[in-house]
Amino acid sequence: MYGFLIAVGALLLLSVIWMVYRIQTLVSVVKGSDKKIATGSNKVNAFLFLVFLVGSGALMFWYSIKEFDNYQLPVASEHGVITDELFWITMAVTGIVFLITHILLFVFPYKYQYKEGRKASFYPENHKLEILWTAVPGVVMAGLVISGWMAWSDITAPAPEKAHVVEIMGYQFAWDVRYPGKDNVLGDYDYRLINASNSHGIDFTDKNSIDDFPSPKVVIPKGEPVLFKIRARDVLHSVFAPHMRLKMDAVPGMPTRFWFVPTKTTEEMRAELKNPEFEYEIACTEICGRGHFSMKKVIEVVEPAAYQKWLSEQKTFIQQNPSLAEGLKSETKELAGIN
Amino acid sequence: MATATVASQNTVVHEHQDHHEHEHHDNFITKYLFTTDHKMIAKQFLVTGMFWALIGGFLSTLFRLQLGFPDMNLEFLRPLLGGWIDEAGKLDPTFYLALVTMHGTIMVFFVLTAGLSGTFSNFLIPLQIGARDMASGFMNMLSYWFFFVSGVIMFISLFLKTGPAGGGWVVYPPLSALEQAIPGSGMGMTLWLIAMVFFIASSLLGGINYITTVINLRTKGMSFSRLPLTIWAFFLTAVIGLLSFPVLFAAALLLVFDRSFGTSFYLSDIYVAGEALPNTGGSPVLYQHLFWFLGHPEVYIVLLPALGITSEVIATNARKPIFGYKAMIISMLGITILSFIVWAHHMFVSGMNPFLGSIFMFLTLIIAVPSAVKVFNYLTTLWRGNLIFTPGMLFSIGLVSFFISGGLTGIFLGNSAIDIQLHDTYFVVAHFHLVMGSASFFGLMAGVYHWFPKMFGRMMDAKLGYIHFWLTFVGVYMIFFPMHYIGIAGFPRRYYSWTNFEFTNSYTDLNMFVSIAAIITFAAQAIFLFNFFYSMYRGRKASLNPWNSTTLEWTTPINPGHGNWPGEIPTVYRWPYDYSKPGAAEDFIPQHIPLSQTPESNLPHEQELVKVELEIMREEADLVANESKH
Repeated sequence: MYGFLIAVGALLLLSVIWMVYRIQTLVSVVKGSDKKIATGSNKVNAFLFLVFLVGSGALMFWYSIKEFDNYQLPVASEHGVITDELFWITMAVTGIVFLITHILLFVFPYKYQYKEGRKASFYPENHKLEILWTAVPGVVMAGLVISGWMAWSDITAPAPEKAHVVEIMGYQFAWDVRYPGKDNVLGDYDYRLINASNSHGIDFTDKNSIDDFPSPKVVIPKGEPVLFKIRARDVLHSVFAPHMRLKMDAVPGMPTRFWFVPTKTTEEMRAELKNPEFEYEIACTEICGRGHFSMKKVIEVVEPAAYQKWLSEQKTFIQQNPSLAEGLKSETKELAGIN
Repeated sequence: MATATVASQNTVVHEHQDHHEHEHHDNFITKYLFTTDHKMIAKQFLVTGMFWALIGGFLSTLFRLQLGFPDMNLEFLRPLLGGWIDEAGKLDPTFYLALVTMHGTIMVFFVLTAGLSGTFSNFLIPLQIGARDMASGFMNMLSYWFFFVSGVIMFISLFLKTGPAGGGWVVYPPLSALEQAIPGSGMGMTLWLIAMVFFIASSLLGGINYITTVINLRTKGMSFSRLPLTIWAFFLTAVIGLLSFPVLFAAALLLVFDRSFGTSFYLSDIYVAGEALPNTGGSPVLYQHLFWFLGHPEVYIVLLPALGITSEVIATNARKPIFGYKAMIISMLGITILSFIVWAHHMFVSGMNPFLGSIFMFLTLIIAVPSAVKVFNYLTTLWRGNLIFTPGMLFSIGLVSFFISGGLTGIFLGNSAIDIQLHDTYFVVAHFHLVMGSASFFGLMAGVYHWFPKMFGRMMDAKLGYIHFWLTFVGVYMIFFPMHYIGIAGFPRRYYSWTNFEFTNSYTDLNMFVSIAAIITFAAQAIFLFNFFYSMYRGRKASLNPWNSTTLEWTTPINPGHGNWPGEIPTVYRWPYDYSKPGAAEDFIPQHIPLSQTPESNLPHEQELVKVELEIMREEADLVANESKH
C-alpha cells in the first residue's frame, strides 16, 4: 500500500515538474529570451558561483577546524613525525594555491559576466607571465621534492643492525607473527613446507629457526629500532600501521621490509588519548579477497625492560609443538631444548 | 605541390560526395548500425558511453549504501541481486568487491575512455580540421563494434553465478589469477580479460585513425599551429593510447598464460586453499609495472580530451582567445611525454626498490608544472572576458575547479614519503575521483551540451542544464571532499565495513552523508537524460552557429550529411581563437574568413600575411578553373 502511494506521489511530482518545464519553455519563447545571447540566468549563474565559493569555503574551514583532532591520527614513530610535518607543509603550500585559484575561478565569473555592448579584451599571450608561472611552481615543487626525497631516503635506508626483527606474514585473512628468538635471526622457510601445524612453512632443519617463536600480537620496545620483515603466503596484502605511519606490501615470493622506531608505548598513548581501550593496529591495505576488511593485528609497544622480560617468557614453536622437531637430528633437538 | 595534392584530394572526395547525393541511399542498417560516418559513430559511442555510465554509477550507489548505512536491511535489492543479498539482508562482502571492481573498470574504460575520446575524437576531428570523414571509415566502424562486443562480454560477466571480476579494477595477480582466492577470479576474470582484449583492439583502431586523420586530412591552411586545442588534445590522447594500450595487452596476455597455461610470470611461492602451487620465480610486481605503464597514461587518456574540450568551450563563451595557445600545446606535449615515465608512483610501497621510488617521485612532481600552467591559463582566459554561462561553460568551469582540487592532492601522493601513509586510503579515492573521474566527466558533459546542436540540429534546454550542473557540481564536492578527511584519518580503500578496527570505527555520520550525496547526485543525472533525449526530438531548432564560434564545424549545414560539407571544404586562414579582436565588427572571426577580408582587425604581422594569402588564393582559383575545363 505504501509502495503504491509513494509511486502515485512520485508520479504527481514528476508531472508537476513536467508542467513547470513546459510552461517556462513557452514563456521564454513568448518573451523571446530564447533568442538572446545571455538571459537573466546568466546573472543567476554568476551569482551562484560566488555563493558556492563563500558557502563551501565556510563549510570547509568550519569542518576542518572542528574535526581536526578526529582526522589527525596521533603519531607514534620517529619517521612519522617527519612525514607528518611534510604532509602539513605540503598542505600549507597547496592550501594557499587552492584558495587563491578558487577565489579567482569563482570571482571572475561574477565580475566578468556578460554585459551587452562590452567587449572582452583580446589578450592571447604574455610570455613574461607564462614564464613566471612555469618557474614558480617549478621551484616550489623542487623544494617539496627534495625535502620528501631526503625523508624517503632515511626511511628506506637499511635498518640498523641492532634492530629487533619481527616477521609478519599475511594470508587470507589474517596476519601471523614470528619472532627470531635469542639469535635475532629468523630461520629459513619454504612455502612447500606449510601444513596445518606449520603455518609459516618454517624449515626446522635450519638451526636459526629453532629458537623462533610465534606471538598472537606484535610486541615491540619503545625507542628502539624495529624491523618488520614482511611476506605473504597467498595473494598480495599490505601491512598498514596507521599510528606508526608505516605501510608496505606483503608480496608472495618477494619478502619486503620496513623499519621504524616507535616513540610511545601503548600505555602512554592510552593516557594521551584518555582511552583505556586504545590499541595500535595493523590493517591490510591491498585488496586481498572477501575478508580484506578484517585483517587485524594488534601492536603492543612496551618499555624496553618489559620487552626483554616478555621475550624471555615466550615459548618457541618447537616447545609449543614438539612434533615439529620430528625427524630432526638429535643435536638439533638438544639445541631446541627437547629430547 | 602541396596545394595541388590538397586540391586534387578535395575533388576526389567531392566526386564521391556527388555520387553519394544522387545514388546512394542509406537504409537503417547502414545509417544507424554499421555506419562509416564519423558523426554517427560518435553518437554510437556517446549513447553506449551513457548506458555504461548509468550502470557504473548505479553500482556505486549500491556499495555506497553498504558504506553509508551498514546496518540497513537490503532485502529490497534481492529481486535484483538475488543470492548476493544474504538471509540477514546484508550485501555479500565478495560481491561488494565485485561492485567496486566493475565500477572502476566501467567508468575508467567504457565511460571515460570510449565514451569521451570515442565520442568527441570521432565527432570533432573531421569537422574541426575540415575533412569529409576519418581516414578509414571502415576501421572506425570496427572500432565501435569491437567496443560494443567488449561491452557485451563485460555485461554478461555481471550475471555470472560466481560474480564478475572482484580483484579491484587494477586486477593485481595473484588475486586475479587464483580462483581459489576469490570466486570472481574464475569465469568473471576470464570474461574481464576477453572484454579488455576487444577494448584494446577498439582503442587502437580508433587511435590509429585519429592520428592518421589529423596528420593527413587537414583542410587547406589548417596547419598544426592553427588546430583548435580540442584537436591537439585528441591527437595527443591517441598517441598516448597507441603507445600504452599494447603494454596492457601484454600484461593481460601474460596473466592469461598464468591463469590458464601454468606459466609463472606473476606467480611465485603461493600456498592457497590448503595447497602449495607449483609456480615459482614469477613476480606480482612485474604485473604492476606493466599495468601502470598503461594505467598512468590512461589517466591522461581520460583527462586530456576533457581539457581540450574545456579550452574550446571556455574560449568561446568567454569571448576571448584562449590565453597562451602555444603554452597550452607545450604543456599538453609535456604531459604526454611525462605521462609515460611516472607510472611507478602507484607503487611506492609495493616492495620495489626504494631508489626507484625516489626517481619516480622527481618525475611525478615535474608533471605538476605543465598542469599548473594549464590552470593559470584558464584563469587568465576568464579574466576580463565577457562570460556567457551556457551549460557547457558551467561544466567547463566546474572541470577547472576539480582539476585544481584533485591536482593539488596529487602533490601529496606523488611525494613518496607522504604517500607511505596515504597510499590506498580514501585520500587516494578522493584525489583521483576529482582530478580524473569528475573532471573528465565534466569535460564530457561540457562537450555534450556544447556540440549537441551540431550532433542533432537542436538545442538542449539551458535551464535544465543549469539545474543539472549545480546539482552535480555541488554533489560531486559533497561526495569527494569529505573523503579527504577520512583518508587523512587512514581509512583504507575497498573496505566492506569499518567496525573491525578502532582507528576506522568513526565517521559513520560522514560516510552516511557521502552516501546520501552520491545517491542524490546520481539521481540528478536523470535531468540530463531527459534533457538529452527530449531535446533530440523536441528541442528548439538550432541555428547554424549557436555559440558564435570560430571553428570549422559551424560552417557545415545544421544537419550535415555524410561528407560534412555539401560543396568545397572551407579553407582556413587564421587560428581558431579570434574572439573579440580589436577593430572587428563582431566579437568573433571564424577560421575560414581570409585575413584579406578583415583589414580593420588584422594585427601587424597578419597584415603582412595578406599578400601571401592573396597569392595562394589566386593559385587556387586557377587550379579550380583548370579542373572544371576537364
